[in-house]
Amino acid sequence: MALVERPPRTATAAPAWTPSVNPAFALVAIILVFLPAVASDFVLVQIFAWSYMLGIIALSLMFLAGYGGMVSLAQITLAGLAGYLMAILGVNGQPGGLGWPWGIATLVAILVTMVFGAIVGALAVRTEGIYMIMITLAIAAAFFYFTNENYAIFNGHTGINAIPTPHVFGVDWHAPVPFYFLTLVIAGLCWAAVSYISRTPFGLALQGLRDNPRRMAALGFNVNAHRIAAYVFAAFLAALGGVLLVWSYGEIAPGTISVSAAIDILVIAVVGGLGNPIGPFIGALIYALLKTFALDFLVAVGLDGNRYRLLIGLGFLVIVFWSPDGVIGLWERWRRRGETSQRRQGGGGHG
Amino acid sequence: MDSVAQSLSSVGAGAALELRGVTRLFGALAALTDITMTVLAGERRAVLGSNGAGKTTLFNCITGDFPPSSGTIRFFGEDVTNFPPYERIRRGLRRTYQISSLFPGLTVHDNVYLACRGVSRGRFSFIRAHARDALMQAAEQLVQAVHLTAVRDRKVAELAYGQQRQLEIALALAGAPRFVLFDEPAAGLSPTERQELVVILTSLPQHIGYIVIEHDMDVALRVVESVTMMHNGRIFKQGTPQEIESDPEVQELYLGVGHG
Repeated sequence: MALVERPPRTATAAPAWTPSVNPAFALVAIILVFLPAVASDFVLVQIFAWSYMLGIIALSLMFLAGYGGMVSLAQITLAGLAGYLMAILGVNGQPGGLGWPWGIATLVAILVTMVFGAIVGALAVRTEGIYMIMITLAIAAAFFYFTNENYAIFNGHTGINAIPTPHVFGVDWHAPVPFYFLTLVIAGLCWAAVSYISRTPFGLALQGLRDNPRRMAALGFNVNAHRIAAYVFAAFLAALGGVLLVWSYGEIAPGTISVSAAIDILVIAVVGGLGNPIGPFIGALIYALLKTFALDFLVAVGLDGNRYRLLIGLGFLVIVFWSPDGVIGLWERWRRRGETSQRRQGGGGHG
Repeated sequence: MDSVAQSLSSVGAGAALELRGVTRLFGALAALTDITMTVLAGERRAVLGSNGAGKTTLFNCITGDFPPSSGTIRFFGEDVTNFPPYERIRRGLRRTYQISSLFPGLTVHDNVYLACRGVSRGRFSFIRAHARDALMQAAEQLVQAVHLTAVRDRKVAELAYGQQRQLEIALALAGAPRFVLFDEPAAGLSPTERQELVVILTSLPQHIGYIVIEHDMDVALRVVESVTMMHNGRIFKQGTPQEIESDPEVQELYLGVGHG
């Protein structure tokens, strides 16, 4: 009986509050899980695992910008800080590594990064819009130059290398297929967490702050405390991405957290789309594909391979001109167009 | 509960709002000069005055959007002059805005839910609220009370103007309001919608006092028992609606222009 008699869908059935499984997402999930069966190690690690890691860091920006209306250029800095801390606290190739067990080193690295995220947030939320971008850019630039010049802790321009990826449950997680699944699972969890949080009181309040901070204060919300909390959560995401990056490369150097890397994260988030937590991952995949194959492509058509950044820039321009809300915006418009044409066909008789 | 206890123990227990010598300067311009007024708990008052008289600035000082340059503001006996807006709101003060101040990217229900959540615990909750959650129910009832159930899942950006004004009022009535500031609630409404507004305001529970800024005398004088006239940032006249309506100075300054 229960199978046949569904309760009537009324306006009060709250469809927006119940999670729904999108068939497109299910299909993508299945493809990603079975990808190692067909794809080469190069594709698994250099394209997909890299996309997942960059996607997590860009997701931390999407969370701040898409839900909170706060654009931060310091997300790669937070990721880099977590990576550096894990390298310094744990085992590495330099004299002076503290050699803590990887679990403790990673945990402390993530927690300290969240504290640093709170400090960045406390500085940044005093401003809005372009000024927040400038403050976070200044933090990113300062930290880059600091790591570049400081040899006592950060080993300067060379950075810290020979950082092992942990072996747990007898698995070498640095091997291509295990590492692919490690990054896939963590990226999937981050995506699910952000999707879930967007509908919690905290996430809704964040979207309220994006739309109208003054009214939020007039409803009893402590606007700045909320924004700083959002920075802390975003720092947690960025830290996860940073830890994975270090495990992937086995090293961390100032180049990873340069200003151009900070801008790359912004490009990834904007190209993918700030409206949906899947956007940053789409943006990261496009970025990884362009960065990997643009050089070969340019050489193949007889151009200088060093101009690959030009191709990335052009791709960015095309997508942003075409769709200001990124690839995910294109997809949503296409889907809505499908819906309205369906409605027109089906509902024509009702006038 | 704390604020109730404080208000009972303090001197001005009968007053919802006490302003003493409130002045607000914008550079050299005095938007408010030496405003002293007391509004009793449950009292309903209109603040009238021409554009630039300082009415909305008065609201902004009371809610803390702009702190006053000098003077003190007490809310149910408690000195809130240096409190941030959210602390005043949590003590039962509410306001609406002259130009609807909503969350256009969120649904009607989410707007009202945020208003309910803002004045209760769990603002930072990372757990989704269930549909049977008390605050979800409260939001549902408020949506119903302002006749927006049919559009509860629509984004606010898609609502008609009159619906946005109704939602604006719903946000101010969430939680347990003790005193509400309505800033031109009738602005832009049709005559029918104005009638509905009068019904909404007059049918509020007796203990909820309010100040209403309103240019439409037919609305303003029907929903209040006292009137404060402002002119150039100062209090010009105070009295009952009848006294104000029949005051020759007021007629010359304001009503004459308004009715003409």
